[in-house]
Amino acid sequence: MQSSYLMALAGGGLIGLSAAAMMFFNGRVAGISGIVGGLLRPVAGEVSWRLLFVFGLLAGGLVASRGVTPAFGASEAGMGTTLVAGLLVGIGTRLGNGCTSGHGVCGIARGSRRSLAATLTFIATGALTVHLVRGFA
Amino acid sequence: MTARHRLDGAVSLVAGLTFGAGLVLSGMTQPAKVHGFLHFFGRWDASLAFVMGGAVVVNALAWQLARRRMKPLLAERFSLPARSDLDPKLLAGAGLFGVGWGLGGFCPGPALTSLASGAMQPLVFVLAMLLGLGLTAAWEHRQRAVELGASEGAPEAVPVKQS
Repeated sequence: MQSSYLMALAGGGLIGLSAAAMMFFNGRVAGISGIVGGLLRPVAGEVSWRLLFVFGLLAGGLVASRGVTPAFGASEAGMGTTLVAGLLVGIGTRLGNGCTSGHGVCGIARGSRRSLAATLTFIATGALTVHLVRGFA
Repeated sequence: MTARHRLDGAVSLVAGLTFGAGLVLSGMTQPAKVHGFLHFFGRWDASLAFVMGGAVVVNALAWQLARRRMKPLLAERFSLPARSDLDPKLLAGAGLFGVGWGLGGFCPGPALTSLASGAMQPLVFVLAMLLGLGLTAAWEHRQRAVELGASEGAPEAVPVKQS
């Protein structure tokens, strides 16, 4: 139990360092939905860094999974629910201009009002959804 | 390809690697933990709060340093969102995203990283997410075209009233 908090803090620190590097060197927000979304309507000169970041995301996860158990898991959601969930996440992050990383990590760190409001909103609707599915006890 | 462009790519790759490792280490790639975190009035697992907490603290300190510089090391300017108002689209989008996050237990980063496991669930999730992103982007593009058409094209399109 204790160690899962330490791992969470250490992992969060790494995510923060990654986001800081993107801003410090490239001047960009490390928002995953935005980085991936930009690949769907490719603009010249804006493709390779996005692909490299996404490749790194998978490779970094794979390397870390060698030393962490359990690394990857599945939810009990069936394929139909997973499909609907993915669609909602795609639509929502596009309409709302960001996800957990862009709003929750980068925006809040800059003191953005919009990101704070977005983060409180998606945690609230996420929690409501989980309670409706799993019950309030 | 300029040296700066190559460095930009190298930083993106290293940042991606670090981000992916951080997601796995922190437990974000386990949907069961995400569900536990969002289950405030059930068996609440608070550990994931420390992920966002740790990331925000590190990133906020870095931002305080970065903003003193006029520009990033490898770019002409910081690319930051310009808006500061809270509009319904932002809140509706965040709300929908939260419902999807609660249903599937994945947000975009961990879902992409989980593709490395080769499992079916993250693959289905990511494909659906890309579809959602693409459809919404296309819809926004159309809306913008319609708005532009209404404000610029309209005076010509509307017949001039005879007097």
